[in-house]
Amino acid sequence: MLTDEFDPQKGEMLRIVDEEGEADMGLMPRMSKDLLLKAYRTMLLTRLADDKAVKLQRQGRLGAYPPSKGQEASQVGPAMALKEEDWLVWAFREMGALLWKGVPLETQYLYWMGNELGNVYPEGTRVTPSVVPVGSQVPQAVGIAYAGLIRKEKSVVLAYFGDGATSEGDFHEGLNFAGVFRTPNVFVCQNNQFAISTRRSRQTASATIAQKAIAYGFPGILVDGNDIMAMYAATKEAAERARKGKGPTLIESFTYRMSDHTTSDDWRKYRSKEEVAEWERKDPLKRFSAYLVSKGFLKDEASLIEELGELVEKAAVQAEATPAPGLADVFEHTYAEMPPYLREQMGGGWK
Amino acid sequence: MMMNMVQAINAALSGEMERDPSVVLLGEDVGVDGGVFRVTDGLIDRFGEDRVIDTPLAEAGIAGVAIGMALNGLRPVAEIQFMGFSYLVLNQMINHAARMRNRTRGKLTVPMVLRMPYGAGIKALEHHSESTEALYAQIPGLKVVVPSTPLEAKGLLISSIRDPDPVVFLEPTRSYRMLKEEVPEGEHLVPLGKARTVQEGDDVTIVGWGAMIPLIQRAVADLKGSAEIIDLRTISPMDSHAVVESVKRTGRAVVVHEAPRSFGPGAEIAARIYEGAILKLEAPVERVTAPDITVPLPKGEDRYYVNEKKIKEGVERALRF
Repeated sequence: MLTDEFDPQKGEMLRIVDEEGEADMGLMPRMSKDLLLKAYRTMLLTRLADDKAVKLQRQGRLGAYPPSKGQEASQVGPAMALKEEDWLVWAFREMGALLWKGVPLETQYLYWMGNELGNVYPEGTRVTPSVVPVGSQVPQAVGIAYAGLIRKEKSVVLAYFGDGATSEGDFHEGLNFAGVFRTPNVFVCQNNQFAISTRRSRQTASATIAQKAIAYGFPGILVDGNDIMAMYAATKEAAERARKGKGPTLIESFTYRMSDHTTSDDWRKYRSKEEVAEWERKDPLKRFSAYLVSKGFLKDEASLIEELGELVEKAAVQAEATPAPGLADVFEHTYAEMPPYLREQMGGGWK
Repeated sequence: MMMNMVQAINAALSGEMERDPSVVLLGEDVGVDGGVFRVTDGLIDRFGEDRVIDTPLAEAGIAGVAIGMALNGLRPVAEIQFMGFSYLVLNQMINHAARMRNRTRGKLTVPMVLRMPYGAGIKALEHHSESTEALYAQIPGLKVVVPSTPLEAKGLLISSIRDPDPVVFLEPTRSYRMLKEEVPEGEHLVPLGKARTVQEGDDVTIVGWGAMIPLIQRAVADLKGSAEIIDLRTISPMDSHAVVESVKRTGRAVVVHEAPRSFGPGAEIAARIYEGAILKLEAPVERVTAPDITVPLPKGEDRYYVNEKKIKEGVERALRF
């Protein structure tokens, strides 16, 4: 078990492919060429789509947006370990994970453009909507998992949150419940080193976030979050543990937010160019691409970029073409049935 | 069968758990102990610890876990031990339970019930006497229900469990064991959002709910003139139609609640009466409420709590105007 081999209390971190693209084959999870290429494609799509979202925001065509740049492996790796019946509970910086789980890019753009229809996912997609109040999705993920147990499902619930969320009471209450009831949860903390401007050292005096799992009575593992192989391997093991009824796991994805917290933020206020440049060297896409090239799997990246670029443009056009909500749209889902006084408030908009 | 409110709520829970395997209970001490007021007594033996869940002591966690359960096909009934501890659940209830339906345009919903004992009048510890129903009633997407009798409690709770929206179910602690009445075994439904006319009358309309209803009944027993008593049952969505129509006939209205006056439900009820019946009014809407102070500890509680005398005076002011 990886969780036995890598002890967060000793600062041991799981890494399979290093910054130069060199792999530790002893730790390498079994992955077909197709799976590898699909993962790379999703990460690259995320990078391009993310860049486009920021541009759209600058042009006033999309609202405040939290960029994913630098966290693509941290997002996609865990999602790859999920099956169709598994749930994905996200926070707000998980575009790549959602793409993997089947939430279309145009839907995600629609949400960031400010339309609730962007929270309507294809039928059967087990993904909850974005959660803005930090950490509050954590106990919900535990409830979803508990319901799965009661309903005798074999599904696993993967929940993402950030390093800032680990300071919230909801993180503690959620993980504590999960430990007590041994729910089939995988908790992925995307430790991108910052909660807006506040460094990880101001969130906790613990040496790692992963080691907090020990206090809740289940395993935790520290993983290089810029290594897609490591993120996939750790999550796959955790998901299998959960599926076998052996309870939850906490995965700390050690990564870095290469861009701003959101488009309303300016990272130069609280960190140096040198620090960011150092992390650009560890870019998860560069690392993965170097590995794939060395294996001879990735040959024509330029045409892949072109193809994905077109997808991104198409998604943006599609999202922008979606009409704004009508009066009835914003009223009629307050309750299953509209109370008479609400109908009065809506006035003539009701059909 | 003659039942008090505790027994009626227990019967509603066990009936629904029997009928629908997706109904689960969770909360602090709800299992082995049967709840601090024994509302869930015996249910763990009948339905097992997977469905009657003794949770860690964590109110926000209870609400958050219940929301997750509801998202994945269960109908959780979560208990908060006292309303004063329910403020910890506001983030979950306001930011998620109330919004999920609208947020996802009806794709994901949260059919859960958050039960809690509420109200003063039992000389309890601090934080055990809250009546802050207006906090919840202001939130679009939440329903707020308060039963006034055992029979009402059974019918309203069953409807709340079956309701497709999140319901905050406030159980007047003072009424838990105050009165027994005949409660049918088996199904008994009282629709949400519909007020009940407790007593018909022509001279004044008195609106109340929960533990105020028996107080109002006693207060007007020897009134000169006839009072119509309306039990609101559901604070939100409010049945303002029933209230306004009654006031149109009587021309006078008194709202009674044990919550503090300012920004209380009485203000909203008064506003709706003015909007709907101003030309029929012969007196300003009278509010009989607690003063805008912190609930005193037991020795001072009588200075706070609404009583028959205060109601009587309020009704007489409305009639005299």
